Amino acid sequence: MATASYPPDLKYHEEHDWARIEGETATFGITWYAQDQLGELVFFDPPAVGATVRRGDPYAEVESVKAVSDVIAPLSGEVVEVNEALASGPEAINDDPYDGGWMVKVRLSDVSEVESLMDAAAYEDSLT
Amino acid sequence: MAAETDTLRRTPLHDRHVAAGAKLVPFAGWEMPVQYQGIRAEHTAVREHAGVFDVSHMGQVETAGSGAEALLQRLLSNDVARIAEQGAQYSVLCEERGGVLDDLFTYRLAPDRFLTVTNASNHARDFAWFERHAAGFDATVHDRLDDFAMLAVQGPRARALVAGLAARELPRRFHTAELTVAGVPDVLVCGTGYTGEDGVELLVAPGAAGAVWDAVVAAGAEPVGLGARDTLRLEACFHLYGNDLSEDRNPIEAGLGWCCKEDTGFVGAEAVRAARAHGTAERLMPFAVTGPGIARQGNPVLGGGVVTSGTLSLTLGYAIGLAYLPVERTEPGTPFEIDVRGKTRAAEVRAKPLIPEER
Repeated sequence: MATASYPPDLKYHEEHDWARIEGETATFGITWYAQDQLGELVFFDPPAVGATVRRGDPYAEVESVKAVSDVIAPLSGEVVEVNEALASGPEAINDDPYDGGWMVKVRLSDVSEVESLMDAAAYEDSLT
Repeated sequence: MAAETDTLRRTPLHDRHVAAGAKLVPFAGWEMPVQYQGIRAEHTAVREHAGVFDVSHMGQVETAGSGAEALLQRLLSNDVARIAEQGAQYSVLCEERGGVLDDLFTYRLAPDRFLTVTNASNHARDFAWFERHAAGFDATVHDRLDDFAMLAVQGPRARALVAGLAARELPRRFHTAELTVAGVPDVLVCGTGYTGEDGVELLVAPGAAGAVWDAVVAAGAEPVGLGARDTLRLEACFHLYGNDLSEDRNPIEAGLGWCCKEDTGFVGAEAVRAARAHGTAERLMPFAVTGPGIARQGNPVLGGGVVTSGTLSLTLGYAIGLAYLPVERTEPGTPFEIDVRGKTRAAEVRAKPLIPEER
């Protein structure tokens, strides 16, 4: 995706992560801004299904050619699914950060944490 | 961040990098392009066609006078007497214990005049080292950093591309010549590079660098940043000072014994002679990661040793690197494991270069 976009139906964490909330589960990924800063991603190291993630803590790693970076969980819970397609095609995170580039699905342990996240407009404001 | 950027030096090509959409990063006190369109595309351009790098951050030291050869013979590890006029030679600069201060190319411009190209991060220290040792030699040492911008044009098509802009035939590999290039007189053209491809490096007056850059780009060379420079050099197994070389490693364990001629009596020669005779505990070897993951600088090798450079090879499609390994485990094909941020990753010792020379 060549130009910045921040879908209004997602919630955003200050460490440049998004969450798509569907009842008590959420899908996580990184924002357009994050993938643009990191450059072409060449490796995604996911957590195990069943792993516990905690809001604000790293749960996965992404690597560009140059460097490795932690991916921060926007919310707490248990990983119920991992995007297996990223193992062979991590470039989906660059090309399609909000759909094909999703990283994990998490069963939330505390749905009220969602209130701590930003909406798209607030997140976009935080980038300038 | 702005304050930090304000203190960084800029090359004469800075405005062109900005206009080309480059991502600029601090590097050894300079603000340098790390990538333009993307590391993968730039890497591929150099492997398949031609790319041009701004390497104006690299330094130059000129050594001149009837004692210039004797001074350089004292400083540089290789046999300086063997550099023909218009020739080039790779060597390391050692301190007394044999630790590596820098790795360098030296060009003999005239019988008693040499130009040595330094790494940006080491230039000030190198120049001070040259000056300190010049006493007693009939030679003068000049800091030429501000007199040159430097462009590297690299790739299978690079030489033909530059030849089309040059007034005369280009120097052959490991040679140098002063030529008019793109209408700019007295460009020092050197048949050297840092990518594992054929090509040339162009040392040009800063004020004329833009004209040469523009002509090279117009002739079809892709601008390439330091990001791809690192993946290219690592595939070719060229050392990077600060990663694979340091004052704490001697050239023997770094696999650079081939450019050390101890009988010339260079500073550190006796330490290097001892290391060669008695062997070293570790040796720098290329490796490939055989499973998932990318090993990086500083990752420990299980059972001893350390990764000094690591990246994804964009040519091969798997992770590669250089690591100091215990000498008894340096045979190509030997499996070993690396602690990559708490995860054990499988790797295998490889021979150099990591990419085949004929592709």
